[in-house]
Amino acid sequence: MFQQTVDILVLGLLAATALAVVRMRTLIGAAMLMGIYSFLSASWMLILDAPDVAFTEAAVGAGVSTIFVLATLSITTIRAKRQTKFQFAPLAVVVLTGAVLIYGTLDMPHFGDPEAPVHRVGNRYIKRVPEEFKIPNAVTAVLGSYRGFDTFGETTVVLTAGLGVLCLLRKRREDEPKVVTE
Amino acid sequence: MSEALGLYNYWIVIFLMMTGLYLVISTGNLVRKVVGLNIFQASVLLLYVTMGRVDGATAPIFVEGRETYTDPLPSVLMLTAIVVGVATTAVALALTVRINEAYGTIEEDEINEQEHAQELAG
Repeated sequence: MFQQTVDILVLGLLAATALAVVRMRTLIGAAMLMGIYSFLSASWMLILDAPDVAFTEAAVGAGVSTIFVLATLSITTIRAKRQTKFQFAPLAVVVLTGAVLIYGTLDMPHFGDPEAPVHRVGNRYIKRVPEEFKIPNAVTAVLGSYRGFDTFGETTVVLTAGLGVLCLLRKRREDEPKVVTE
Repeated sequence: MSEALGLYNYWIVIFLMMTGLYLVISTGNLVRKVVGLNIFQASVLLLYVTMGRVDGATAPIFVEGRETYTDPLPSVLMLTAIVVGVATTAVALALTVRINEAYGTIEEDEINEQEHAQELAG
C-alpha cells in the first residue's frame, strides 16, 4: 500500500512536470524543467529497484543533457517566439497514438508480475552470475560480460556523435561559403 | 478494475511519452523540440524499467538472505540507451547551433521564409 502511494505520488509529479514543460514559454525554463523531469524519473527508477539506471539518469540525463541545452541557449538565443494560435492537428495525432499504445498494453503482464515473460532471460543471469563471476552486482556483470558487445556498440555511437559535434562546430575559414547551396 | 490497477504504470508512462511527442510536433522552436525529444526518451526508459520490476524483490545486487531480485536485463539495456540518448542530443544541439549561425534564427517558420525568399530570388 505504501509502495503504491509513493508510486502514484512520483508519477503524478512526473506528469505535472511534463505538462509544465509543454506550457513553459521561456527556453531557460523549459531546460530547467527538463532537468527536473529527468531527476524525478531517476527517483522513480530507484523506487523500481533499478539503482544503476537511476544513478546514470541522474548524472547523465539530468546533469549533462541540461548543461548541453543551456550551453546551446547561451550561444544561440534565449528568446522563443510566442505561439499565438492553438493547433489541433498535433493534439489529434498524439491522442490517437496514445490510444493505440494503451490498446497495446491490455495484453501486457501486470506491474511487478514475477511470471512475466520478460524475466526469462533475466532469471538466467541472476542464477549464473554468482557462479561465474565474483561480482555482487548483476547489472555490472551483464553489462561488461554477457552483453559486452552492446556496450562496445554504445561506445562506438558515443565516439561517432563526438566526431559529428566536432565537425559541426569547428571554426570555419574566411573563404568558406556560409550557407551551402546546390 | 483489477486490470486498471495492474497496468496503471504503463498508462502514465504512455501519457508522459505523448506529452514529449506533442512538444516535438507542435512547436517550431528547435531547442524546444530537443527538450521534447528528451522527455520522450526519458519516458521510454521508464517504460522498460517498469517492466523489469518484480513484486517483493530487491535491487539486483547479491546479498545473503535474499532470493528474489529485479530483472537486471532492462537496467542494462537502458544504461546503454541513456548514454546513446545524450550523444544524439549533443548532435541535435550542435546542428541547432550551426542552423543559428547560417540563418540567424532557431524558429522553423523563419528558416522556411528565408529559404522561400532565396528560391524566389533565384
